[in-house]
Amino acid sequence: MQIQPILAALKRHKAGTILIALQIALTLAIVCNALFIIKQRVTHLSRATGIDEQNIISVRNQWVGKPPSQQVSGLTATDLTALRQIPGVVDVYSTNSYPLRQGGWSEGLDYKPNQDHSTAHTAIYFSDEHTLGTLGLKLVEGRNFRADEIGRMDIRDKLGPPTIIVTRELAHKLYPDGSALGKVLYLNENPTTIVGVVDRLEVPWVDNWASQWAEQSTLVPVRLAMSIGGFYLIRTQPGQVDSVAKQVSKTLYGVNRMRVIDPKDGVQSFSQVRAKAYARDRGMAILMGVVCVVLLAITAAGIVGLTSFWVGQRRKQIGVRRALGATHHDILSYFLTENLLISLGGVIIGALLAIGMNMWMVSQFEMARLSPTYVLAGVVVLLLLGQAAVLAPALRASRVPPVEATRSV
Amino acid sequence: MFGYYVELGLRSLRRNPLLTALMVMAIGFGVAASMITWSVFRAVSGNPIPEKSSQLFTALIDSRGPNNNKGEPPLALNYTDATALIKAHKAEHQTLLYNVSLSVLPADSDSLPFTAAGYATNTDFFSMFDAPFQYGSGWSASDDERHAAVVVISHELNEQLFGGADSVGRDVTLGMHTYRVVGVTAHWDPKPRFYDLFDGNEFGEPVQMYVPFTRAIDLQIDTAGNNNCGSLMDYGNGREAWLRGECVWIPVWVELQTAADVARYRDFLTAYADEQQRAGRFHWAPNVRLRDVANWLDYEHVVPSESRISLMVSLGFFAICLINTIGLLLAKFMRRAPEIGVRRALGAPRRQIYGQFLIEAATVGLAGGLLGLLLTAVGMLGVGLLFEADIARLAHLDLSLVATTLLVAIFATVLAAFYPAWRAAQVQPAWQLKSN
Repeated sequence: MQIQPILAALKRHKAGTILIALQIALTLAIVCNALFIIKQRVTHLSRATGIDEQNIISVRNQWVGKPPSQQVSGLTATDLTALRQIPGVVDVYSTNSYPLRQGGWSEGLDYKPNQDHSTAHTAIYFSDEHTLGTLGLKLVEGRNFRADEIGRMDIRDKLGPPTIIVTRELAHKLYPDGSALGKVLYLNENPTTIVGVVDRLEVPWVDNWASQWAEQSTLVPVRLAMSIGGFYLIRTQPGQVDSVAKQVSKTLYGVNRMRVIDPKDGVQSFSQVRAKAYARDRGMAILMGVVCVVLLAITAAGIVGLTSFWVGQRRKQIGVRRALGATHHDILSYFLTENLLISLGGVIIGALLAIGMNMWMVSQFEMARLSPTYVLAGVVVLLLLGQAAVLAPALRASRVPPVEATRSV
Repeated sequence: MFGYYVELGLRSLRRNPLLTALMVMAIGFGVAASMITWSVFRAVSGNPIPEKSSQLFTALIDSRGPNNNKGEPPLALNYTDATALIKAHKAEHQTLLYNVSLSVLPADSDSLPFTAAGYATNTDFFSMFDAPFQYGSGWSASDDERHAAVVVISHELNEQLFGGADSVGRDVTLGMHTYRVVGVTAHWDPKPRFYDLFDGNEFGEPVQMYVPFTRAIDLQIDTAGNNNCGSLMDYGNGREAWLRGECVWIPVWVELQTAADVARYRDFLTAYADEQQRAGRFHWAPNVRLRDVANWLDYEHVVPSESRISLMVSLGFFAICLINTIGLLLAKFMRRAPEIGVRRALGAPRRQIYGQFLIEAATVGLAGGLLGLLLTAVGMLGVGLLFEADIARLAHLDLSLVATTLLVAIFATVLAAFYPAWRAAQVQPAWQLKSN
């Protein structure tokens, strides 16, 4: 296939050529970045929390009035007993927060008291001896909390538990060369001993500020007496989340009416919690996906439209070529090659635009750098798309009979 | 001629239905994507209090030292500083607030209690932020001083509790304590809720009630919002220690009319911090900030980056659709070169050719706009899938969005048609006639 005549012909269609190349370039730039955003968002929203999500229900309970904290402990204990009696419930505990809740308590852990900068950031989960079982956490070292070491504190008291359980990630951050078990750390200037290490447990936040320490969580053997109320986490038998969730409100109101469990989102299965926490990421991925599909369709349609016009314009010339001995195949490959040349021009500019656009987003939105794989994949997709789009008009062109050369108009 | 050209345009649209459909769809999708993301963007980036946004300032004092927060003061004040600023009364108006969530006991004992979210604040809140009242008014300065058990409720809570009647003077039970209603606001929900960015409530559910700060502190009502003690602060043990300690949880706002007032207030803040340093409480030089509404919204990154990115990607998408339209219009117009040749030969000036094709493009734009409107309306139903619930709630199809959609579609298409129309007007009549 000779390229020279194609280039000469393109020179006579500068506007159309530039428009198609430009469209391909911009489409490539947007599609690459959109795919990259989708990948990042999907990676983010499919991060594991480390808990047995399928079988967990979260209940937000608010007390009416402001029961004194001594009373809160009793009220909470009664609730937990009642919840345990619901058929299908495996275990229950009360806490201040849980992964994906988007709100919670964070502290710094220090090697020494009075340290200038904390050694590690950590999320604090108020826990008891039922926590590991309820959440389905895997203990990789050490032991669970014992019932007799669970303390109690008011929300404005100073947190200083004698023992803690940490995640593997946090243990590694604190003691990169060896076991963290039995080590003494300082939390709010109080010494505390690591008695257990769990495999994995995410912090409550999914946004940027905690992204550097997303798996550094600490369980403290303390029941937090919150006058405003707190959360109950329930683990059910497999497959019984829905049936248990239906009974929670009724059971709790049966125990004591002086409480508020929001009818809308007071009782949530963990899949609802997850959906809410990652609504932004999911929405972004959907939007970018729709944009990609529609954009590729429109670009393809544009190529079909403009090539069809060219074919119509050149019927006579095609007829002449056919009359002079060009085969169907020659005509077909002429149009395919023509499109390939335009597309190549487009994707080269487009690749540069894609990288430029990503660099701009990196500077504005704390995004990661675009990996070249995406640009390469985009280039291949657009070249194929161009060839596929041009195929129908090119086939039509190849069927122009040689007799066309002798007709006027 | 205009009417005739519109008719010609419509006839031409029917002549190549496929090409027309392609253009209309490109414009429709492009404009719809831009309008949907724009409607969300305008909702999250709007000025919540346009008349006063440059006169309202949040006051911040560094009570943590330069090692924290990259040298910026914490994003709210602690109890000591907040109440000191209110007491000093150095601005024309000043208010402080914190988020509270209180249970409401309905009058009939059969209904279950529910919680109402609101703020503990002072008298100046209502006048500073231009809260509109349906009945009554805010409480007075003397109510603040007397730590009075009064409450202002929202229009919606008033509907729920009193069926919308004038409830001023009636009692409400909040968190087992009785408050007398002094005012009912009209529907009022400035978005973003600039005065409470500290608690991340910028797009939260509408506020339901307001109670005096002094009363709330007396009743030891805890904050339902954020409480930030820093990572190295010794925050003591028990409520009293916490209250007197360095945990920040109270946003403070002041109203300052002129630049001179602002400068004077900044001097006052600096002097206050200086005094704290001399008293031995701060071990660093005074570091204070006064941020007006726009600056504060910007500093706190209230507009989610998702909203910006999606708007930008949609605009890029629209641009591609327009480039596509230029190509298709070019093909469409140039296919009629012989027809143009005849018109020109019969004496039509270039201007007339321009007119004809631009009007034809405008009809394409109108059709695209109508499709775009339909797609925007459908997209609005699905906006909950794309953005978080509390942001999606803010996006809606109103008259201005309808008008913008149609105008943008028509204007953009006519703009895209300039080059093809110019090419059409360049057609040489003699050449066309000869080749035929």
